[in-house]
Amino acid sequence: MKALGIILAGGGSSRLESLTAKRAVAAMPLAGTYRSIDFALSNMSNSNVGTVAVVTQYSSRSLNIHLSSSKWWDFGRKQGGLYLLNPTITPENTHWYRGTADALIQNLDFIKERHEPYVIIASGDGVYKLDYNKVLERHAATGAEMTIVCKRMPKAESERFGVLELDADGRIISWAEKNENGSHEGEQIINCGIYVIRRRHLIQVLEEAAREEKYHLVTDLIIPHLDQRRIMSYLLDSYWTNIASVTAYFNCNKDFLDPELRKFFFSDYPVIHTKVDDNPPAKFNGGARVSNSLVAGGSIINGSVSDSVLFKKVYVGDRSSVKNCILMDDVYVGDDVVLENYIVDNKTRIANGTCLVGDPDSIPILS
Amino acid sequence: MKKQMIAMLLAGGQGSRLGALTQGMAKPAVAFGGKYRIIDFPLSNYVNSGVDTVGVLTQYRPLQLNTHIGIGIPWDLDKQFGGVTILPPYEKTGDSEWYTGTANAIYQNIEFMDRYNPDYVLILSGDHIYKMDYEDMLARHVSAGAEATIAVMPVPWDEAPRYGIMITDGEGRITDFEEKPKNPRSNLASMGIYIFDYKTLKKELQELSDVPNCDFGMHVIPHIHRRGGRLYSYQFNSYWKDVGTLGTYWEANLELTDLVPDFNLYEEFWQIYTSAEAYPPAYVAEGGKAETSIIGDGSTIEGSVKHSVLGANVKVAPGAKVRDSVLMNGVVIGVGAVVRKAIIAENSVIGAGTRIGEGFFAASRLDPRVYNSDITVVGANSVIPENVTIGKNVAVIGQTTAEDYPGGVLESGDYIIKKKGGRA
Repeated sequence: MKALGIILAGGGSSRLESLTAKRAVAAMPLAGTYRSIDFALSNMSNSNVGTVAVVTQYSSRSLNIHLSSSKWWDFGRKQGGLYLLNPTITPENTHWYRGTADALIQNLDFIKERHEPYVIIASGDGVYKLDYNKVLERHAATGAEMTIVCKRMPKAESERFGVLELDADGRIISWAEKNENGSHEGEQIINCGIYVIRRRHLIQVLEEAAREEKYHLVTDLIIPHLDQRRIMSYLLDSYWTNIASVTAYFNCNKDFLDPELRKFFFSDYPVIHTKVDDNPPAKFNGGARVSNSLVAGGSIINGSVSDSVLFKKVYVGDRSSVKNCILMDDVYVGDDVVLENYIVDNKTRIANGTCLVGDPDSIPILS
Repeated sequence: MKKQMIAMLLAGGQGSRLGALTQGMAKPAVAFGGKYRIIDFPLSNYVNSGVDTVGVLTQYRPLQLNTHIGIGIPWDLDKQFGGVTILPPYEKTGDSEWYTGTANAIYQNIEFMDRYNPDYVLILSGDHIYKMDYEDMLARHVSAGAEATIAVMPVPWDEAPRYGIMITDGEGRITDFEEKPKNPRSNLASMGIYIFDYKTLKKELQELSDVPNCDFGMHVIPHIHRRGGRLYSYQFNSYWKDVGTLGTYWEANLELTDLVPDFNLYEEFWQIYTSAEAYPPAYVAEGGKAETSIIGDGSTIEGSVKHSVLGANVKVAPGAKVRDSVLMNGVVIGVGAVVRKAIIAENSVIGAGTRIGEGFFAASRLDPRVYNSDITVVGANSVIPENVTIGKNVAVIGQTTAEDYPGGVLESGDYIIKKKGGRA
């Protein structure tokens, strides 16, 4: 196996407001039956990366439960497989992970014990499909010290990302981190948070960072060294988003109402895997009116639902109307409810006769 | 090491009265309820009852069943000691034979049962839909001091002549039984679910080993009865459905779409487990309609579906109408096609504009014992071309083309069976 996989899944996000109060971003439920980490994990598995370490820290229980068995992503192997790297107290260290680089530094012994020549570091909140072997090939061909996956995106949609400037060869020559100023027109190239580096080189860089007490992968180990280090780009030309804000989360879920996008991720080989549950199929009772909506297993629909994504075991009562909503697992919508433009967090109960209409430009969260 | 009770699941039968549905697989492997296979019900009953050691006896077309069960992961039956073991007939020195009867099949697997040194053995067949606590039945068996206990259920008196009827005393001890009696003395029908003391079972099987086609109902139970052995009944009073005919199979599926079905899959208690792939949720498009139906994960509904059960990854194209039907995984219904009262098995494709279930009932020209209702059946992996009209009580198996439908019509009661390279 050519590369070791590391998935950074330690973060919460203040931009996701109350949604990450009970789970890490990487555990955010998506598209009705998936979680955001399924995409990075499936990409690893589908790229034949045999050993994957998931770095967790923030509110990790939900993520740990999701990852409680590695069989769903075919990581239940005798050799390699799936490792969870939680922060631990040791005689030498009593800190939490103080940043992305520190998370790796604190697991340096794990990285050193491996034998793979390369490391693929991916964030756990990206929604995309990518054969990492293509990035590895480009990395080797260009003789880069590090290769970073990036994507060209409209400026208006990519304010919250690191913005990169490339030279003619694709080398990254400048990097503005989460710069929200400037014009909203045109396109820019942004960082997708997927890094390929030689394992031995990574160890060297991390040891240096540990000595200098630098703990952030991007701001400490990459941006200050763009001049000296040959850091190359790999441009992704298919769907990519991350779900680091409420709007991005809402839009990403609604993107899956597009049959072409579902086909791309869930029908075209290789597909995204997830933990399979034991829910019965969705039930549509007499009087149900469903239009342009996803309805996951275990759900029971009596009323009307449109332009919405319903996760597992959602109940919609008689004569209720749900429009432009994301209803997460186990949401109960009573009878005669009007619900529009909302994200409803799991296990929320909405009483009979409730009327809630949110602002479509700033979707509120109900939890 | 030992197990208190192990289970032996008889899953080798063809289920020939399911016609086209069991062309390529044994009856317990037939899909049910939009996600499940019939065998999931006994397997889930085992784990919910605390039975963790199961031998599954296969014989007729076992591939689908083997693939489905695998190493038993969905039912938590992947265990170090115990778990699920597939038991096909095997060659022996001297007297090799197929499984010739229910008791004969168990007799041929005494070696398997001995490994677990059980006190009790639960024996049943994998072709009924029900939720039953076998632990409760065992408690009854133990407290009665029975050698064998037979699960029974009360049936309407006028239906009793169709069953094996048990006559019991006040204590539930079986005093007599009659197979399909014209004038029944009781309405307690045997469900074909037995708990035996293993010592009794082994002794009986060995004594009766020379009986041809040795069967529990016909030979073993009467033999115990004749020698005055302690036979008890265990009365079961909830939902139990034999899905052995096309009519009952269709009915049991469609009952799941009732507002509050008698057999409820949506209860947290006594969950049914199955081996399924990960799919995105079901999608109903703008202009699509799904009502009084169960729709499996990954399905896309652009047409209209009413009073039907759809499996995973089914596609109903725009303008298509599906009514009163059971569509299994991967079925594709073309643009504007109309499907009425049909059972369409896995991955079959119905061409655009085709109409199924038209006209009036006519007796089957293929096999009136199997095809005797107004349900039309399409076997797995079949193809039906565009713009043909198919009547009621029809069977279609295989990849058909327009030439197979003279005048674009297949009349009620008619059939097409296209055999493909070596199969069927």
